[in-house]
Amino acid sequence: MKMDFWLNNVHREAEVQPDTLLLDLLRQMGCFSVKRGCETANCGLCTVLLDGRPVLSCSMLALRVQGKKVVTLEGMEKEAQEFGAFLAGEGAEQCGFCNPGFIMNVFAMLKELQDPDEEQIREYLAGNLCRCSGFVGQTRSILKYLRYKQDRKGEYRE
Amino acid sequence: MLKIKSYVKAESLQQAYELNQKKTAVILGGMVWLKMGNRRVSTAIDLSGLDLCGIQEDPEEFVIGCMTPLHDLEVHPGLLHYTGGAIKECLRHIVGVQFRNCATVGGSIWGRYGFSDVLTLFLAMDTWVELYKGGRIPLSEFVSMEKDRDILLRLIIRKKKTKICYLSQRNTKTDFPVLTCCASKAGENVRTVIGARPGKAMVLQDPEGILKGLCAMDPEKKKDAIHRYSVWTAQNVPVGSNMRGSEEYRTHLVQVLTRRAWTDIGGTVNENGFLA
Repeated sequence: MKMDFWLNNVHREAEVQPDTLLLDLLRQMGCFSVKRGCETANCGLCTVLLDGRPVLSCSMLALRVQGKKVVTLEGMEKEAQEFGAFLAGEGAEQCGFCNPGFIMNVFAMLKELQDPDEEQIREYLAGNLCRCSGFVGQTRSILKYLRYKQDRKGEYRE
Repeated sequence: MLKIKSYVKAESLQQAYELNQKKTAVILGGMVWLKMGNRRVSTAIDLSGLDLCGIQEDPEEFVIGCMTPLHDLEVHPGLLHYTGGAIKECLRHIVGVQFRNCATVGGSIWGRYGFSDVLTLFLAMDTWVELYKGGRIPLSEFVSMEKDRDILLRLIIRKKKTKICYLSQRNTKTDFPVLTCCASKAGENVRTVIGARPGKAMVLQDPEGILKGLCAMDPEKKKDAIHRYSVWTAQNVPVGSNMRGSEEYRTHLVQVLTRRAWTDIGGTVNENGFLA
């Protein structure tokens, strides 16, 4: 079946099967940041933004994004680089496999919650699993990033 | 693995209904559960173009479209206020935000899943379901009906002056619950709903009137009534064993969670354990 949607702000057309999952379509289209980690809708590695909301691309039929806007990490390079520096700075990164889905959900959180505290951060990111770490470094890096952003007021919010 | 032969974004409810009469067809919710099975679907029917997503509130009721994602419910100010935060407590442990942006309330309720936090909470309120052919019926009736080929369109919560407390026990964060418990009190109407037994949630009232006049009782009597009621509940809820917990453990949990929920509703202890 033919479909079209917006991928990282570029209008794209695709030919998909009725049961093609969004995750597979995105990888076919070169977005290799989107990963299949668990196959059970639990790990958050496949997180992308669909019309601004974080969703699991492993559980979404490609056809359901017809006409919608999908953003992957490839579409947020600049922001990801900026936040990535904080992750690296806190030594939060180990194998890095969970990182793209994690970063996408962090951006979704910053859009949805105003100045989240540690508890809110942990809760919002509970669906992003990291098997190397205990999330302490990640939480620290988010808190530092938030402070940095507050110093440069309102840049990350519209 | 889930195999789908054809996908149809329904243009009308009638079309969706007709397509759904075939046993191998399926109405898509959020697909997070459906995807987990080994199923061959002839036609996957998508209702997302039929304006069934959203929450309407008026002074009498909440009307919730079946395609509304769970996350929308937990951040809805009206629902948060009406349930005293129980809606958030019920939903926030379900996997993660991304998951709850996919999973729909219609999918959760239609499935009548044993593990359902959502079903447990909705059964504790005066909830009705609206079916395309079946019309409006109480959720408590719907839950024990055989699954047919109808379509669940909306959930209706009739507002009452009510106090609700939602609790669940999980072996680990974001996992399926080992047991769910929701207590509600609207006037003298008492409901305790126990889910993840691991069978589907069931409603208990207070046939022996143990909690009658709860709010007017002095603290010691309150404590005693709540204790007796939680023992009675544990004796009257059939539970079983599965990989998450044994029958004995669940029976114990029924009593503990029922006591905690009713202690919260009865206002018998404050955060520091002080009897009031």
